[in-house]
Amino acid sequence: MKFTAPHIEYDLLSPILIIVAVAVLGVLVEAAVPRARRYVVQVGLAVVGVVAALVAAFIVLGRINPTSDKPKLGYLVAEDALALDGPTLYSWIVILVLALLGVLLFAERRLEGGITAFAGQAAALPGTEGERQASAKGLEHTEVFPLLMFAVAGMLAFPAANDLLTLFVALEVLSLPLYLLCGLARRRRLLSQEAALKYFMLGAFSSGFFVYGIALVYGYSGSMSFDKIAFAVSSGSGSEALLLGGMGMLAVGLLFKVGAAPFHAWTPDVYQGAPTPVTAFMAAATKVAAFGALLRLFYVAFGGARWDWQPTFWAIAILTMVVGSVLALSQTDVKRLLAYSSIAHAGFLLVGFLGARSLSEINVGDINPVQAVLFYVTTYGLTTMAAFAIVSVVRDGSGEATQMSRWAGLGKESPLLAGSFAFLLLGMAGIPLTSGFTGKWAVFAAALSAGAWPVVIVAVLMSAVAAYFYVRLIVVMFFTDPVGDGPTVTVPSLLTSSVIAVGTLGTLVLGVVPGPLLDLLGRTAQFIR
Amino acid sequence: MVNLEALHDVPVVGSVPTDGAFSLLWLVIALPALGAAILLLGGRRTDKWGHLLGTAMAVGSFVISLILFFTLLGKDADDRQVTQHLWNWFTAGSYSVNFDLLYDQLSAVFLLLITGVGSLIHVYSIGYMEHDERRRRFFGYLNLFVASMLVLVLAADYVGVFLGWEGVGLASYLLIGFWQQKPSAAAAAKKAFVINRVGDIGLSLGTALIFITFGSTSFAVVSAASSHASDGALTGIGLLLLLAACGKSAQFPLQTWLLDAMEGPTPVSALIHAATMVTAGVYLIVRSNFIFSLTEDARTAVIVIGTITLLMGAIIGCAKDDIKKALAGSTMSQIGYMVLAAGLGPAGYAFAIFHLLTHGFFKANMFLGAGSVMHGMNDDVNMRHYGALQKAMPITFATFATGYLAILGIPPFAGFWSKDKIIETAFADNTLVGLCALIGAGVTAFYMTRLMLMTFVGTKRWEKDVHPHESPKVMTYPLIALAALSALGGLLTLGGWIGDWLEPVTGHAEHHELPFGMAPIVMSLIILLVVAAGVAVAWQLVGQREVPREAPEKVSIFTRAARADLYGDAFNDEVIIKPGAAGIRGLTVFDRVVVDGAAEGTATAFASMSARFRLLQNGFVRSYALALLAGAALVIFALLAVNFG
Repeated sequence: MKFTAPHIEYDLLSPILIIVAVAVLGVLVEAAVPRARRYVVQVGLAVVGVVAALVAAFIVLGRINPTSDKPKLGYLVAEDALALDGPTLYSWIVILVLALLGVLLFAERRLEGGITAFAGQAAALPGTEGERQASAKGLEHTEVFPLLMFAVAGMLAFPAANDLLTLFVALEVLSLPLYLLCGLARRRRLLSQEAALKYFMLGAFSSGFFVYGIALVYGYSGSMSFDKIAFAVSSGSGSEALLLGGMGMLAVGLLFKVGAAPFHAWTPDVYQGAPTPVTAFMAAATKVAAFGALLRLFYVAFGGARWDWQPTFWAIAILTMVVGSVLALSQTDVKRLLAYSSIAHAGFLLVGFLGARSLSEINVGDINPVQAVLFYVTTYGLTTMAAFAIVSVVRDGSGEATQMSRWAGLGKESPLLAGSFAFLLLGMAGIPLTSGFTGKWAVFAAALSAGAWPVVIVAVLMSAVAAYFYVRLIVVMFFTDPVGDGPTVTVPSLLTSSVIAVGTLGTLVLGVVPGPLLDLLGRTAQFIR
Repeated sequence: MVNLEALHDVPVVGSVPTDGAFSLLWLVIALPALGAAILLLGGRRTDKWGHLLGTAMAVGSFVISLILFFTLLGKDADDRQVTQHLWNWFTAGSYSVNFDLLYDQLSAVFLLLITGVGSLIHVYSIGYMEHDERRRRFFGYLNLFVASMLVLVLAADYVGVFLGWEGVGLASYLLIGFWQQKPSAAAAAKKAFVINRVGDIGLSLGTALIFITFGSTSFAVVSAASSHASDGALTGIGLLLLLAACGKSAQFPLQTWLLDAMEGPTPVSALIHAATMVTAGVYLIVRSNFIFSLTEDARTAVIVIGTITLLMGAIIGCAKDDIKKALAGSTMSQIGYMVLAAGLGPAGYAFAIFHLLTHGFFKANMFLGAGSVMHGMNDDVNMRHYGALQKAMPITFATFATGYLAILGIPPFAGFWSKDKIIETAFADNTLVGLCALIGAGVTAFYMTRLMLMTFVGTKRWEKDVHPHESPKVMTYPLIALAALSALGGLLTLGGWIGDWLEPVTGHAEHHELPFGMAPIVMSLIILLVVAAGVAVAWQLVGQREVPREAPEKVSIFTRAARADLYGDAFNDEVIIKPGAAGIRGLTVFDRVVVDGAAEGTATAFASMSARFRLLQNGFVRSYALALLAGAALVIFALLAVNFG
């Protein structure tokens, strides 16, 4: 038997390869570098790696010539396992930017008095002598940086995956490090460990569905690759039940990752329990990667069966928006509130996703659904990142003060910070002149032109409901008198401050001049098949 | 090329691209704009030299305007409409607005007026504001005003005009309320702002209507297409632009803000509320001659408004004891003359602009003179506390007297040439309007003589501890320059120059015959007689008696009405504010009962739904897994049901 070595386009794949290399190097650093210097080395390595990957991603993007009127569609690389086209490259850049912000949040040490927000020794049981010793010695887990890099590598592969196996591998590569990271909080460790365990168990459960879905679809089409599946769908051979069952199970796996109802139950518990930097990164970047993958799978592989899956997704989108917005109303914890808000946002993103049409139906100048969804996740990612960063600096004696009542009077205590947070909340509510408005407008327009107006009506109503709880938080911050001492804002180092600044600025800029980015996406947001 | 003029009865705005010296055009605006930016953003660091920078920017702008003007003089009459394209401002579908500057005969004279008088007032302010600790900010605002005013007169598009229009409104607001510690100044600024908004609505709606009618808002396109537009559209546009002009130029019924605007520092009154900004309405009408020339109805409205205001202003001026308010009434009245002239169509446009220029000279002169008097009298503005200042302030007196003779229209001072022409043309158009304008001239003579007598002649009625003195040179030199202009401004009409110069912009004027076949010289003599009568009455009533230090209480009903600004504010209160307030109360009740009721009901429903759903989130991973399983089953069931059901 003759073995042919696969042809790998190292140059095109360089962004992923750099991140994986940095992750592996990070593991070696843990083994070889003295404890005292690990923090600096790991942070430096991660920052350099992400920036290098970002540069590489821009170079690859330059090769498809996105500024011309007719950009190149993209490349199929690594024996067609990965597709590097406009949506992939754009998602890469967004994920890498969010990863960079994530690294900065992970590296923040001033808030805990000179130490990171991660457990000193994760293996020590909460409340034991071991834990006390670890914190007395000032231990910290610098392994979080290589873990973060592994997750980023998975996220990069996820939206690029062009066959079901690669998709599954990417899913697991991005998920496993996140399960672990969720359990590493320095404070409230039981809550954190519970969150990690819940996330892991439910994630494993949903992966089971996903794998079974792969098996069914393989049974239907006889292939793992998206274009062969698409061919099988359009030729209509094979058992319809296999296809529908497979499609449904794959959808469950992906919808679990984006936190859509009824697969959202993990979101509030995990977002609340995980260390806030992890929550910030997870909430922002996972959404980008998962929506990238969802779009490719359902537009490229199952695009021909659009009429089969669209009605079900209508129902899921509506349910997700309602659950997210309505349940957020009765939340009293800022992190949980933001978690429900993220569920609602997943619903709004699904509205854009419903704008699926065949290319011939899209007129010149229309908002196409891929463009709309990618724009929305960008705005959502930046806003959410900054919002969680702000959550991490509002503190009291026992760490972060996430009880909403403790935020009363923040407007007086720190007008600038409370002002930024209020602005971010308005962005999430979709008030004009913030990026949230443009994003909502784009996804609603995309869904409307595909005829999904009942979903859009619900979406608009739920936006109004959602505005209520965002504004309520603003009222608490600015117009409610603090109980007792009131909140204190620990002044963070430049790391967290710059994350807040970048996120807020992005929310503003994409709200005031969204044109250039929307145009760029309009030209490049097409999948290669 | 076909002779467009022959087919077309209004002049078309041309667009010769800029070359040579004209490429400096943008600098005229950029210099004061830069000055404003440095002074307002630079903060206290610029306190020491801020006023000098501000003045330098205005003077620099003036020098460039002069260069441009002489270059324009050297060009052929056909090439005198120069357009400088700066950038595309915005494009929405087929509608595109360019940031273009139009430099033609009309904007050329405005540039000279704004930057010239502006520079003199900057210089004067160095002395006048010397002891004010916020002087730097004052100069920043002045520069901002000059830049905005220049945008207004240079824009080649109604949207550009709107930008400048709002800019001068803002600068005017900031400057009227400059002494913000005085509640009266703050209130006056607010009032000016609010009333101006009414006019601004006129301009924005007018611009919108222009866009609907012509598909463009640039002067070039609109002027070329205006003769094809329907009468209704043209009249509508004309009336909306007139509303805009009423707001900015303090014409009836939006006149009430101007008298209160005198709360601002006196140089502001001179520059903004006499010489330049308040004449923006006249500019707008003359610039839109391609609209107004084609609509008799709108022009009639313009004439009526102008005539009412010129009489109102003059009557109000008669009863004021506050020297600045008397001058403000006079400004209203003189702008009324300009608006009246502008309403007379091609025959009057040039005279409106001519009177605007001469008025800019002599009124700025008199306002600055009033400022100089106040400077010497410890900022007292009550003329009943003046008297016999002629000896104490000889230069101020001499320059003020020049302005006085000019506004009265005594030959050969500037006002004679411009006002005479307006009254003549008014008579040629309609005898009634001409009579009103003639009476206005008589009343003007009365109140100006009264002002002169009470201020400079008669007995000393000064407050204790007041030692009038002549103002420093930095203040008197601008006065002398403006006095010279007031005396010599009439030269502009030598050989009919101003009319010929503006004709390519405003269109050819038909020659009008005066009623009864009068020769113009007879008309001039009649006007002079009426003016002399006004002076004589004032001399009898004011000059020959002792002026009481307190304003008498027992006065005729007319005086009382004039003192109350002819009940302009009372009218607004009764007709607009009170019904408005009642309407708002009604809406508030509606809002509370109907809107809030519905909203709160919905909110309660959602909240209880939320509380119930929340119980599902019980924290047990087994329940979550069950939900996940149920969800997956539902999804698959739904997929199958949709396709096989």
